[in-house]
Amino acid sequence: MWQALMIAMGALVLALILAIGFLLWQQSQTAQSQLGLSFFLPASSTSWDPVSGLFQAWPFIYGTLITSLVAIVVALPLSLGVAIFLAELCPSWLRSPLGLLVELLAAIPSVVYGLWGIFVFLPSVVAPLGEFLGSTLGQAPLLSALLGGVMSPSGSSRLAAGLILAIMITPTIASVTRDVLLAIPRSQREAAFALGATQWETIWKILLPYGLSGILGAVILGLGRALGETMAVTMVIGNSIDNTASLLRPGYTMSSIIANEFAEAVNQLHSEALIEVALVLFVMTLLLNGAARWMVYRAARRTPTGGR
Amino acid sequence: MSGYAEISKNFRPEHGGSLRRRRKITNVFMLGLAGLMSLLAVGILVWIVGYVVYRGGSSINLDFLTQTPRPVGIAGGGVLHAIEGTLILAFLAGLFAILPGVAAAFYVAYNPNTPLGIVVRFGTDVLSGVPSIVIGIFVYVLVVKSSGHYSALAGGMALAILMLPIIIRTTEEMIKLVPGTLREGSLALGAPEWKTALKVTLPAAMNGIITGFLLGIARAAGETAPLLFTALGNDRFEVGKMVTSSLQNGQNIFQALVNIIQQPVDSLPLTLFKYSQQPDIERINQSWGVALVLIVIVLVTNIGARLWVQRRSSQLKG
Repeated sequence: MWQALMIAMGALVLALILAIGFLLWQQSQTAQSQLGLSFFLPASSTSWDPVSGLFQAWPFIYGTLITSLVAIVVALPLSLGVAIFLAELCPSWLRSPLGLLVELLAAIPSVVYGLWGIFVFLPSVVAPLGEFLGSTLGQAPLLSALLGGVMSPSGSSRLAAGLILAIMITPTIASVTRDVLLAIPRSQREAAFALGATQWETIWKILLPYGLSGILGAVILGLGRALGETMAVTMVIGNSIDNTASLLRPGYTMSSIIANEFAEAVNQLHSEALIEVALVLFVMTLLLNGAARWMVYRAARRTPTGGR
Repeated sequence: MSGYAEISKNFRPEHGGSLRRRRKITNVFMLGLAGLMSLLAVGILVWIVGYVVYRGGSSINLDFLTQTPRPVGIAGGGVLHAIEGTLILAFLAGLFAILPGVAAAFYVAYNPNTPLGIVVRFGTDVLSGVPSIVIGIFVYVLVVKSSGHYSALAGGMALAILMLPIIIRTTEEMIKLVPGTLREGSLALGAPEWKTALKVTLPAAMNGIITGFLLGIARAAGETAPLLFTALGNDRFEVGKMVTSSLQNGQNIFQALVNIIQQPVDSLPLTLFKYSQQPDIERINQSWGVALVLIVIVLVTNIGARLWVQRRSSQLKG
């Protein structure tokens, strides 16, 4: 009886994941057949017009991808620095309280990030930064697509969303990377020191390559969190359907279009199109998280048997 | 091997003192950079928390916590409706998530290497990565669409799905901390497996499980996205009034509660989100107040839980 209950509840977890996927797929079938593949595909000009039934989700998919990319690019050095400091440099009495502080960053509710973003971070950091980037690199040959256009004075933009996401995913990447570094056997460090390596050389040339698959897993985990994050992004990205690629322009992500329009969907096709967006988002995060967990498991399970 | 080979190249005789000096400078510079990054991360935390305390502190008073909202433009009023709503949602989420969470955790802790154990643990991790807005849509389709109305019940279910992986993970860790000999002793005395779990393992791991539960509640209490299409929000929500009117209509207290959870309901983060979008300074100030309440909840549960687990696990190990 007890055994059956345990098994049933374990199976419930799996059933939930399957049910989410199935229901999203089943509830968006009309949209799938009417809108076809062009729903997802990149196009130079797209439209999203609920009243006349035109739905192309590419700008939102782009918004999700580019904000997550900005988040990873900014968060990676930040969280590697934090992880290295926590695992290798800081005195042991400081390790636990500092780790707690960094993890608190992950516990702050997303709406609080959004509120702080709108009233503090956007005007004081993002707007000037965006203006600076636009005026210096906006005309550069490769970057003009990404940094063209005029920064909105409020600072609401894809750049703002990317930077807020970077802050939000830093604790995720940093704490997993710290655990990966701490799991590396001492002998690796001692061998490097014995060869005369400096501490930085030990970290950069020995420890980071040793823990690479675990760190990669941590990054993908952070990416997964960035892809699905909703409220903070909705509050700072400006929520406008924009066909440019520029980071300085306001836009939408997949999650923010759902948050903004789903409750007020004007017709059946509109709500189905939004459910289809949710389905795409679900599949993306499922694949990423599956890959990341698998990598972290493998890194954690690898037995320290000398060699590399 | 390449890392070691590269390092040992530094000591060939043809390199003089300049390389040594360069390596030393790089070392100090990069390690300093790592320290700076940590300072930056902590600085951002202090910036956010400090600003929320500064702005929120001035809008929090007794009225803020004990009164329902006034119409836009009229000063005063509070967010009692959202506090009540958050409590109801957290209660429902806990109710739905605790039994499946603890049972699944027992299964994973005792069967880590069976196929189902591996798959369930993997599934738990994957579930914790599903975007909360997607869970919101799922519950909308499952509950709201079929029942025809938004409700606290639907919101509670969405939050329960969100909490489930957190409860499973922390409970599993705590069960694993309980010495195996305790369980074996109980089984050897002839107690069946369920009785051992209920009367021996569970009490020994109880503090940790409660901690995980509180962390889950704190996380759920801060979530907004899954509530947008389930609990929806309701600024006329007042438990006191609803109970009295139900009782006056000749219903008993149980029926009154069932009525309440079938209503749409607001929560603190939902209120913060809505107020922050309004062009009204009073509402904006109140949204900072709500942010402060949320931050306090999060800080107290997280720091408390951490200290508690540390003490507890050192007791169990020691």
